[in-house]
Amino acid sequence: MEFFRIRRDIPFMRHALVFNVISALTFLAAVFFLATRGLHYSIEFTGGNVIEAAYAQSADIAKVRAAVEGLGLGDVVVQNFGSSRDVMIRVPLRADLKQGDLTTRVFDALCKAEGGAVKAQEGAAAQGQSASRQVCAAGAVEPLRLSSSEVVGPQVGKELAQDGAKALAFVVIGIMIYLAIRFEWKFSVAAIVANLHDVVIILGFFAFFQWEFSLSVLAAVLAVLGYSVNESVVIFDRIRESFRRYRKMTTQETIDHAITSTISRTIITHGSTQMMVLSMLIFGGQTLHFFAIALTIGILFGIYSSVFVAAAIAMWLGVKRDDLIRASAREHDPEDPNAGAVV
Amino acid sequence: MNRYPVWKYALLVVALLVGIVYTLPNFFGEAPAVQVSSGKATLKVDASFVPSVEQILVKAGLKPDFVEFDGNSVKARFADLDSQRKAQDALIAALNPDPNDAGYIVALNLLSRSPRWLTALHALPMYLGLDLRGGVHFLMQVDMKAALTKKADSLAGDIRTLLRDKDIRHAGISRDGDDVSIRFRDAAARTAARTLLLDQLPDLQWKEEAEGSDFMLTGSLKPDAAKRVQSAAITQNITTLHNRVNELGVAEPVIQQQGADRVVVELPGVQDTAKAKDIIGRTATLEMRMVDDSAEARAAETGSGPVPFGDERYVERRGTPIVVKRQVILTGESLTDAQPGFDENHQPAVHLTVDAKGTRIMRDISRDNVGKRMAILLFEKGKGEVVTAPVIRSELGSRFQISGSMTTTEANDTALLLRAGSLAAPMEIIEERTIGPSLGAENIAKGFHSVMYGFAAIAVFMCAYYLLFGMISTMALAFNLLLLVAVLSMLQATLTLPGIAAVALALGMAIDANVLINERVREELRGGASAQAAINTGYERAFATILDSNVTTLIAGLALLAFGSGPVRGFAIVHCLGIMTSMFSAVMFSRGLVNLWYGRQKRLKSVSIGQVWKPGASAPAKA
Repeated sequence: MEFFRIRRDIPFMRHALVFNVISALTFLAAVFFLATRGLHYSIEFTGGNVIEAAYAQSADIAKVRAAVEGLGLGDVVVQNFGSSRDVMIRVPLRADLKQGDLTTRVFDALCKAEGGAVKAQEGAAAQGQSASRQVCAAGAVEPLRLSSSEVVGPQVGKELAQDGAKALAFVVIGIMIYLAIRFEWKFSVAAIVANLHDVVIILGFFAFFQWEFSLSVLAAVLAVLGYSVNESVVIFDRIRESFRRYRKMTTQETIDHAITSTISRTIITHGSTQMMVLSMLIFGGQTLHFFAIALTIGILFGIYSSVFVAAAIAMWLGVKRDDLIRASAREHDPEDPNAGAVV
Repeated sequence: MNRYPVWKYALLVVALLVGIVYTLPNFFGEAPAVQVSSGKATLKVDASFVPSVEQILVKAGLKPDFVEFDGNSVKARFADLDSQRKAQDALIAALNPDPNDAGYIVALNLLSRSPRWLTALHALPMYLGLDLRGGVHFLMQVDMKAALTKKADSLAGDIRTLLRDKDIRHAGISRDGDDVSIRFRDAAARTAARTLLLDQLPDLQWKEEAEGSDFMLTGSLKPDAAKRVQSAAITQNITTLHNRVNELGVAEPVIQQQGADRVVVELPGVQDTAKAKDIIGRTATLEMRMVDDSAEARAAETGSGPVPFGDERYVERRGTPIVVKRQVILTGESLTDAQPGFDENHQPAVHLTVDAKGTRIMRDISRDNVGKRMAILLFEKGKGEVVTAPVIRSELGSRFQISGSMTTTEANDTALLLRAGSLAAPMEIIEERTIGPSLGAENIAKGFHSVMYGFAAIAVFMCAYYLLFGMISTMALAFNLLLLVAVLSMLQATLTLPGIAAVALALGMAIDANVLINERVREELRGGASAQAAINTGYERAFATILDSNVTTLIAGLALLAFGSGPVRGFAIVHCLGIMTSMFSAVMFSRGLVNLWYGRQKRLKSVSIGQVWKPGASAPAKA
């Protein structure tokens, strides 16, 4: 079985300009959406409202979740905590709703789901003064009570965002240094430009569709950066080898040859990884969902950027055979039949 | 050419065995358990408590798998969640008849089911993170202002002592805010005081003012001294929290500093979050005061008279009341160590070590009060209890001992309490997250299944496309997964849901190495190389590429590890480990297998690597 019956080198670099223009446009679109719509941060970044409700009977989590989701407050998390009768609901903070109002709304929805109505009940508070509290009553029964409602501040979020930015900077610098050592600075720049553009595009997608951007997604984005650079490295490695082997080809032809030779490996690897990610998308459940989406976009654009963009940028930066074959005077390629020949 | 020396095969076999042994515990699962530990600083749970727990359970009609003492608490394991609940109720009813004065804490927990021989080998199951096992996550804010206030208080005490030593008269020392103000009647005294204090207390800076007819000297902490106080406060609080949380017996608590003034406490596996909160919220503070043994105080002790002014009445551990002076001599801050031991009469005692300032204070107090009693009080939840009230035998220095009417266990306990009981600044919980295990079980099941299905799909594809080499690649992948899980279990690293995702990603990327190798071998064959040469060259050429690409991904993983926290960190750990195991398995393991299969055949004509399509031929060449 051989999927890649390629007889001739595909002239990728001829269309380098078109590819790069497309990629630049997508990049600009992504930046635009990021700037205008912004990312829909998950509760870990924004902080939120945590509401605890105590039910008289065992709570039906699915019903509770449906009731709260019906309010359209964004991504909510509903889970048991403690006993089967206690439910914890996490709702993201909204700029337009005060915490108190938010809590009331949620309590209302929960109460209605149990077939009751919220009434104010006069009672005596601890110091003896009269106070009214919200009580959910369904006939003579109180099916659920509001145990507490507290705000989880975004203090945690700011630091995480800063740490994420630091991590990104570190990755970029580290990779650039490594590539500059292994190959050459032009490749290093080309790789980083192409692959950062991947990351920004993923973020752009998340901004456009307003998917929830959580810590897992951040981890996925950083992983994609590494993975995508991985991709570029394989191609650069092949370019280096082709420069050594085929001394008669021009730079553009060499690059074309390198990419064509590795296209089979590129597609198969990405296909396999994508199979794994697809499995996560389908079977992985809600938590892994956006993580898998981020990875899918990353993989697809990773192929695009590494094959078309990275090499093209390197070419435009003026990469030449001599850049990569610094020690060619001493090295003898064992396959080269003309090794050691002196004219 | 394609032969591996025997030692390499031996290495692979050893790695395989180690992988299997250390992966096994993860399959045994966990069983619900109930854990009983002490709820009061002065109550102790030890091995002798086991039979009582057993009795209570038997009376409730429950049959635990076992009841044992694990050094900190008594644990009883059950077969299912219902018995666990019933056991908890029974134990609470029997041990804590008065819910407001709970002596014991009965918490739910999870214990691993692996057989003893595995545990003996230190083959423990992976530490499942908060999102997979469920548990509690607390974020505690240290009240830094209070730390500074406390420091100012203790400085006021020091200043008082210093001035008295040098006989410098003053008209009053008070603390306002974080500053200490001293009044003087004349300028000469103030100047003398200032010189002395500048010398003795280098952390303070002074300002001279005049207020009415008095001369004021106001001292405040220098900025970097203040910073030091704050960081010391948080470090000390973390240590205290460690000791507190260890008492709860939660496996692998995570207590870390977060930022400049926050502490994260994560307790996985603890389902009873109210109790966990209780434990962490216990902020016991230590104080030492003199016992008042005047006649009125004695009368107050027996209850026949009122408590004199300037004194307070507390209860000693065995229930006898004691009247102590209100003025605090020493707080737990000055205590640097407390160790159980024996005194010169071979009686159990506790050896205390205090820091320099504490030494000075102890020396002064003990010199003036030989023969009198000094009480050591532990305050919990605003209520105070006298731990011991020993008699001062002689002048004390930096190390002194408390002895008298203590058993060895009591000496141990007191030492532990004194070590654990000092909080430098109050803490409060600002964030609390709990997750029920039901969600955890779902998540982990889904995550694992998705990884399995993905793996299966990849395996099928590889075998179909690359035939025998594909099968070898699949085996290398399986080996990779095995090693990864084993290493994670060995390191007791945290597995979170993003960690499972990282495993999936690592497998996907491990495929890359194998595909590189296979494609390279195919290419060599296509170019006309002989079979053995093709294998050799393929592996060699591919290795450089594999190295480069894995290192770059490793850089990304390391960055996440360094700067990430929580689930991102879990992801990063698995990611980095996955890269390393994938390099090992793709390059060494698969080569080993290939060498085993093909290496010996001298006249190898073809390898089973699927179709090697040669361009330029009218019909595709058959491999």
